[in-house]
Amino acid sequence: MAKLYMKGPHKVDNQNPREETVKFLLDYSKALSVIDYKMMKFEALLN
Amino acid sequence: MRQEIISDAELVSNYINGDEKSLSTLIYRHKQKIYSFIYSKVFDRDLAEDIFQDTFIKVIKTLKRGAYNEEGKFLPWVMRIAHNLVIDHFRKNNRMPKFDNSGEFSIFSVLGDPALNAEKQIIKDQVESDVRKLIEELPEDQKTVLVMRMYNDMSFKEISERTGVSINTALGRMRYALINLRKVVEKHNIVLTN
Repeated sequence: MAKLYMKGPHKVDNQNPREETVKFLLDYSKALSVIDYKMMKFEALLN
Repeated sequence: MRQEIISDAELVSNYINGDEKSLSTLIYRHKQKIYSFIYSKVFDRDLAEDIFQDTFIKVIKTLKRGAYNEEGKFLPWVMRIAHNLVIDHFRKNNRMPKFDNSGEFSIFSVLGDPALNAEKQIIKDQVESDVRKLIEELPEDQKTVLVMRMYNDMSFKEISERTGVSINTALGRMRYALINLRKVVEKHNIVLTN
């Protein structure tokens, strides 16, 4: 029987972002503070 | 175990009230679904990583600004942000298309590098050197006029003054010089093209 040389479908199951990406987001969240001032909102990143 | 029981809505509310751990729980709870969704669209790990990060940066900003108002629908909301960012990515790529040169119009017919490439420069030098050798074979009077005209860029008036002949004689010598050069080129099948 002839062999099939087709590419299989991309496997997309069980994909996870890298741990550093998650850590970055958690640190970003901790560093970000939103300051309210007279109907305006300012974002400040504090490191 | 306790964390698994807390609903997304509750975690979002806790996070808005300053509990950073709730965000961590939300991310760990949904990261696989969201990341897989992005990856299924872009098929590039690094790109999926970037879009995943941008998605949560938007989520964090929106929540911290108190602009989130979709209680109980946290995951669909995040998925929608991710979906929009994926579309943004493809739009951005379409706006800056790469020239594949397959269409009727070729940009390289308009743009070009006027400098010769190494091969053409070598050919040009060779041709010039061959022409020089051919000129050396011409009779002295014709050679003088041709060199003055072509290499020294002198006018026929200047040539006639310098050589002490009339302008017409100078013109005639130039004409014979060219005729003789062509004859030699044809006779020896010399290719003088770049």
